[in-house]
Amino acid sequence: MLSVILQDTPIPISANPVIETPEIVWSSLAPHLILILGGILLLTLVSLLRGKAPSWFHAAWTVVVAGAALGSLWPLWSRVQEDGPQTLIAGAVGLDGFSLFVTGIICVSVILSALLLEGYLRRENLVGPEWYVLMLLSASGGVIMASANDLIVLFIGLEILSVAAYVLASMHSRRISSSEAGLKYLILGAFSSAFLLYGIAMTYGATGSTNLVRIQQFLVDTVLIKNGMLLAGFAFMIVGLGFKVAAVPFHFWAPDVYQGSPTPISGYMASGIKAAGFAGFIRVFVVTFGGTYAQQWRPMVYALAVLSLLVGAYMALIQTNVKRMLAYSSIAHAGFILIGVTVATDKGTSAALFYLLVYAFMVTGSFGVVGIIGREGDGKHSLDDYQGLGKTRPGLALIFAVFLLAQAGVPFTGGFLSKFYVINAAVAEEQYVLAVIAMVSAVIAAYLYLRIIVSMYFAGADDHGVSPEMANPPAKKVPAGAAIALGIAVFATLWLGIVPDTVTSVANEAVARLVAFQG
Amino acid sequence: MLELTETWYLVLASLIFTIGAVGLLVRRNPLVMFMCVELMLNATTLTFVTFSKALNDVGGQASVFFVLVVAAAEVVVGLGIIVAILRRQDNADADDLSLMRG
Repeated sequence: MLSVILQDTPIPISANPVIETPEIVWSSLAPHLILILGGILLLTLVSLLRGKAPSWFHAAWTVVVAGAALGSLWPLWSRVQEDGPQTLIAGAVGLDGFSLFVTGIICVSVILSALLLEGYLRRENLVGPEWYVLMLLSASGGVIMASANDLIVLFIGLEILSVAAYVLASMHSRRISSSEAGLKYLILGAFSSAFLLYGIAMTYGATGSTNLVRIQQFLVDTVLIKNGMLLAGFAFMIVGLGFKVAAVPFHFWAPDVYQGSPTPISGYMASGIKAAGFAGFIRVFVVTFGGTYAQQWRPMVYALAVLSLLVGAYMALIQTNVKRMLAYSSIAHAGFILIGVTVATDKGTSAALFYLLVYAFMVTGSFGVVGIIGREGDGKHSLDDYQGLGKTRPGLALIFAVFLLAQAGVPFTGGFLSKFYVINAAVAEEQYVLAVIAMVSAVIAAYLYLRIIVSMYFAGADDHGVSPEMANPPAKKVPAGAAIALGIAVFATLWLGIVPDTVTSVANEAVARLVAFQG
Repeated sequence: MLELTETWYLVLASLIFTIGAVGLLVRRNPLVMFMCVELMLNATTLTFVTFSKALNDVGGQASVFFVLVVAAAEVVVGLGIIVAILRRQDNADADDLSLMRG
């Protein structure tokens, strides 16, 4: 009968009917609040101004808001260093070095993408505040995800992040491929969210809580080795998060979505959204289910890392569209970051964080250049369109070459050190096979980046009979915002490769910790 | 007499989830695909409620509200995108949306 389910459970009625609300330290939530309020205020301001705002106003506002969120990280960082990691809002949100570092990466990604978006939207006649509002809201979701101390909070952060991104992907109203990208992203994103949520439900059933701290405590008190429910929870959550970070075999959406989306938005997806996805991955698996339970999920993440490294690098080689190439190469980069997750040590986490920061600069910069070269209509992305770029637009070609070499992992760029630290973390855990596979993948991918560079500088190398003048008519000026963004990205890519000490020491201190709520 | 325990509800939820997942992969109409996503989310909801009852913990039932809101938000955005596509072309089937391949 239904008796088991339907029987009345006594509901404890407290003597005091007043619902107690948790104490909230608002100042510790500054990055979240700045991003959310910044987005909503921008929408309000623009509708009050009724179109009188100059076209650069939206981008400038977004840069200022994301910059303010970035600036608010310094006092919070010193607070964490002095008082240790904290928990906020009755244990729902955590404040630790890890969440602050990821917040920083997301803010950097928003600043660069907003600067690139400004010129892009003017060129495409799509100027409007919605783009920036959605980007700020999406970033706020990413920040929530990075600091979530509860699986349901993580899920809500992921959805805020994703739903805004679905709209951003389909915002280029005149390109049918943009709508197609949005719909594909939405359907597969919703599919993966359902998997993540089912995994959360399983974990809740196995451990009795959705709060990460309580789950951790429960697993310390009760040994749940080879518990089917918990293992199913792991598997479903890995599928859900694997989709978000575009790890093989859950990568099918990424090439189509990156190709179809407006190019600066593709850059934001590859940097900001990926960083948030990995933040969730690390917080759930490395931090909560680390230690003895790492043995149970490591084979699955190991397989994801190996497949992403090899399939991503190989598939990137056989593409002819530069945006698709970058999409597949971002899958290979996800494989590298997954190595940092697989080893499940603090060293691995720091390496993954450093990688995500460097990659944010490299990939937004790369997509920025691609967006400018794509020209009006955002359609010139075939490898042939890059022929002779070294002659017609030497500055852009040089910058693009720097980004591509950095992604390939050439020394004196951030890309080399980020790969080095990740492989180093794998070797420290005696994961030699993984390290070798990573190096093989880097070699395969290097050929891909060189292929684009060869096409730019040695036109006629793959002889398609397109004259450089025909492929690239006289150059237009690069928009000011894009020039600033590309300058910052190039500087940071080289700076992180030559004098990385400041940033690596910060990344090493940015460890993720779960703190129990005392209440 | 057959005892209707939590397991039954969990099995039912997993069946609904599977129907949704397979349906999403098999069907080509985006509206039906959305319905399949809803099926998957509802299966999750059922799992949450069952565990909530079994564990005698109200947290699982509270989670359901968040899931409902998220599902609604996703569908709103999805229908908006489908309408934007249908303004340009007659059909929005998955087979019609194959500009990008490889």
